[in-house]
Amino acid sequence: MKRIRLLDIAHARSGDKGDTANVGLIALKPEYYPILVKHVTAARVARHFKGMISGPVERYELPNLHALNFLLHGALDGGGTISLKTDAQGKVFSTALLRLEVEIPSAVPT
Amino acid sequence: MKSRPATIRIAAGQGFWGDWLEAPYRQVTGGPVDYLMMDYLAEVTMSILQKQKARDPSLGYARDFIPLMERILPTVAERGIKITANAGGVNPQACAQAVAEVARRLRLGGKLRIGVVTGDDLLGRLDGLLARGHELRNLDTGRPLSDVRDRVLSANAYLGAWPVVDALRGGADVVVTGRVTDTGLTLGPLIHAFGWRPDAWDLLAAGTVAGHTIECGAQCSGGNCLVDWERIPDLANVGYPIVDAAPDGTFEIFKHPGTGGRISVAGVTEQLVYEMGNPAEYITPDCVADFTTIRLEQKGKDRVRVSGVKGRPATDKLKVSVAYFYGYKAVGTLVYAWPDAYKKAQAADRILRQRLADLDLKFEAVLTEFVGADATHGPLARAAARLDELPEVQLRIGVRSRDKPAVERFTREIAPLILNGPPSVTGFAGGRPKPEEVVAYWPALLDKHMVEPCVDVVEV
Repeated sequence: MKRIRLLDIAHARSGDKGDTANVGLIALKPEYYPILVKHVTAARVARHFKGMISGPVERYELPNLHALNFLLHGALDGGGTISLKTDAQGKVFSTALLRLEVEIPSAVPT
Repeated sequence: MKSRPATIRIAAGQGFWGDWLEAPYRQVTGGPVDYLMMDYLAEVTMSILQKQKARDPSLGYARDFIPLMERILPTVAERGIKITANAGGVNPQACAQAVAEVARRLRLGGKLRIGVVTGDDLLGRLDGLLARGHELRNLDTGRPLSDVRDRVLSANAYLGAWPVVDALRGGADVVVTGRVTDTGLTLGPLIHAFGWRPDAWDLLAAGTVAGHTIECGAQCSGGNCLVDWERIPDLANVGYPIVDAAPDGTFEIFKHPGTGGRISVAGVTEQLVYEMGNPAEYITPDCVADFTTIRLEQKGKDRVRVSGVKGRPATDKLKVSVAYFYGYKAVGTLVYAWPDAYKKAQAADRILRQRLADLDLKFEAVLTEFVGADATHGPLARAAARLDELPEVQLRIGVRSRDKPAVERFTREIAPLILNGPPSVTGFAGGRPKPEEVVAYWPALLDKHMVEPCVDVVEV
């Protein structure tokens, strides 16, 4: 097994809907998608963002795009204009998710 | 009846109001296109425009649209390019009037028709709607709108593509709308050009996906793209995306030859998931699009083909966007230098918070961020960085309150820290922060039959 960051196998883009940030997590190669599905669960992402979001995490699968979509509720200090955060629109939750580390078989080339 | 075109090209002119001024000009001059699509309206924009209209009844639309029209109308008139834009804000009639004046000045009188789409503005109808039992409950909190009725600044239903279609069928060259969805500005031309039927859900979903793909401008053609970002060529000269669509609902995304940026499956995928909720249910007034059916394929350099899109019938509701006055906020910053930059900024934060408490000031929220350490990635970044060696850290502290004097007093507590707080501080040249009015957003649903879009087409 080897330990890698999601940055090594995925890219991402994030945005806002009210007080919810969404992060689209996209496999860099189709063969990485099953790794994302298996390891990057809603519960795992909720633990990753502990202290940064106040609500639950939802996950949706887009196998056609080799992507997962996460909704991080309560991520933006009220969201939009209310928010006092630098990242009031959740633009960089994307790369924050890419910090997450997962254990994958050493045979998988990265 | 005119014959249907084999394909049509719809160019995105901007990703938001305030985007690159050169983009729409380059889109209409850089190669053949049939339509220019311009999205102007963000959620809070309508309240700003209502304020402007209250001060001057001839305002309340995106004023930047007028000098743009002055610049491109001669070209678009000559080439037969049509424009769809929700630049009308809360006063599409006045916007159309201003476009007409420009057109006459450019000697385009008799050669141009302007379509005007209204009926989205609910501000004057709110009490009637509430009285008839439409509670406009907040989609996030479930609270009825009556909670904040006396503070409402604007209220607009999101109209879809069909009023845009009606304007185009009426011969409009420039369609100026109020709150039409971003995607409707692209779907409208497709329905019009190909004669798509109101229940052709797969086609309407495909046109909706086309709209979503280009509605953020260069964000799908190499801008803000994480994959391989350092090797995306010539962003200084970035080409904005163009949809080349076929009557069967398939389309290709491309950009004009000779422009910078990149159109790739990876980049288009990033845009597809942007601001996504449940991907199987992308709900618009026109249909429900299923993003899990989209197929992407690289068709050549800077050309991505999109196919396979499935859709389902539209719901019987329209989304309503209400803006209301919420309170005040202010954000102050100071920059601390090495050594111990992070510790000094932390100390300044503690001192400031103690002073605010000693003054007995009440805030709904006080938020501190240390820019350079944790402002974007919070505790994840603090765990990973060498915090003791940071060359500089910006202390950024914000407060929010219903009470304006409290926020004003906060703004006077930043500068004193320069001389009476921790050392090695700079970066205060901007002066005292200003209290800002906070307008909040209230999303709701309304029965579709309560909203009657209105379409006028006038000859210049």
